[in-house]
Amino acid sequence: MLATLVAYSVIAGARAITGLRSLWLGTTPRSKQRIYFANHTSHGDFVLLWASLPAALRKRTRPVAGADYWTKGTLRRFVIGEVFKGVLIDRQHSASDHNPLEPMLKALEAGDSLILFPEGTRNLDDEVKLLPFKSGIFHLAKACPQVELVPVWIDNLKRVMPKGRVLPLPLLCTVSFGAPLVAKEDESKEAFLARAVEALLELAPEEEA
Amino acid sequence: MDRHTLLLFAGIGSLLLLASIVGFVLKWRTGVGPNPVIDNLNARIKAWWLMVAVIGFAFLLGQTAVILLFYGVSFYALREFITLVPTRSSDYPALVAAFYFVLPMQYLLIAIDWYGMFSIFVPVYVFLLLPILASLGGDSARFLERTSKVQWGLMLAVFCISFVPALLTLDIPGFEGRHLLLIAYLVVVVQLSDVLQYVCGKLFGKRKIAPNLSPSKTVEGFVGGIALASLAGASLWWITPFNPWQAGLVALLINLLGFFGGLVMSAIKRDRGVKDWGHMIEGHGGMLDRLDSVCFAAPIFFHVVRYWWVP
Repeated sequence: MLATLVAYSVIAGARAITGLRSLWLGTTPRSKQRIYFANHTSHGDFVLLWASLPAALRKRTRPVAGADYWTKGTLRRFVIGEVFKGVLIDRQHSASDHNPLEPMLKALEAGDSLILFPEGTRNLDDEVKLLPFKSGIFHLAKACPQVELVPVWIDNLKRVMPKGRVLPLPLLCTVSFGAPLVAKEDESKEAFLARAVEALLELAPEEEA
Repeated sequence: MDRHTLLLFAGIGSLLLLASIVGFVLKWRTGVGPNPVIDNLNARIKAWWLMVAVIGFAFLLGQTAVILLFYGVSFYALREFITLVPTRSSDYPALVAAFYFVLPMQYLLIAIDWYGMFSIFVPVYVFLLLPILASLGGDSARFLERTSKVQWGLMLAVFCISFVPALLTLDIPGFEGRHLLLIAYLVVVVQLSDVLQYVCGKLFGKRKIAPNLSPSKTVEGFVGGIALASLAGASLWWITPFNPWQAGLVALLINLLGFFGGLVMSAIKRDRGVKDWGHMIEGHGGMLDRLDSVCFAAPIFFHVVRYWWVP
């Protein structure tokens, strides 16, 4: 109850502040199992992507988030656990023997869609559009070939909420969904990641920082 | 509302009704398939109904509502401007000041009728404050460019647009209690000029007037639109403190300013590689696409009226 209320206020707030516009350029919002992979510049990224989805899809779409950040404090734990039903992953690899992809694979097996930021961390550099991708997305694509990989470019949110600032700026944001990507049979990790990066950059508007 | 205001809105309503009928007939004659020009025309007309309704509602509620309405208009315009011109993370303090301090302050100064301050607040105080805030971040990359982006955004979207409701502060002898009509005059004439330039351009347009800046503007549209809108302005003298020929001259002046405003704003859009400022008004683009001409006309209109009609 409380979680639903918080979810709706978060979505309404995000829409009001950013005048959110969702462009389905390469695909349509369908109830197919997907991994939405997006650029990462702000903690609000997954909120904006999540708010772009129709309510029915939103219920089955879970953001992948770093456990190190989101398990600090009751509020964060409540937000990621109850409101967004996030999939928490261990970015520090503290236990060296276990597979860090495990929680994501479990969620995919259960039929959920994921929101993933393959850069692994927020890109805070004004000059660089995209950091190199971590390889997790490649292994997920190999393990679950039936899942569509949808590139999503989130534009302008970095300017709305720069790192370490509290007050958001009411600038307009756009979330663009590109055409789904499929991992080819014998494609190498490097080739696949390069293709994924390219698909994402194609959605980015061309401009200097 | 007084008789003149009702008459004016009735006139605008009839014009829109006529436009809607023309749009409907055009659509009917071209058949079911999509026709980009006519569909856009009908979207524009529909948006006009809504815009007139919003302004009419604000007029009904009175002066405070009109000031608040333009506060909102300025907010959306500033948001579109800053969204389109890239800034860096070190511009955050300047942008916070723009949205959360300068914008409300400018409209507050107008609401309390402090002419000496609202007429210089942005061009003097804010002009100096912004580079100070930008320098505090310690980032010198593209400093002048970044600072001027925020300054331009505030000058156009906040300062210039705020001169529309600022007309409420003018004390014109014999014109007491009719200030809203002066706002209506400015907005109607300038917007009519935009519409007539568009119509004349579509009907008779041949020679492009500024192909590099705005490919849709033609000499025929410019001459026909400005001439007709200035005549319309002259014929609206009864809602102004002007006599008919003064009304015509003032209309000509604000129409020319409006035209050049559109040209300047097109140049900025071109440079940024976009066609429209935004998407909030269907068929028209963004708030700034609808208001580019008003931006340039409003402050000059205000000062012309203040210089010659306020003792």
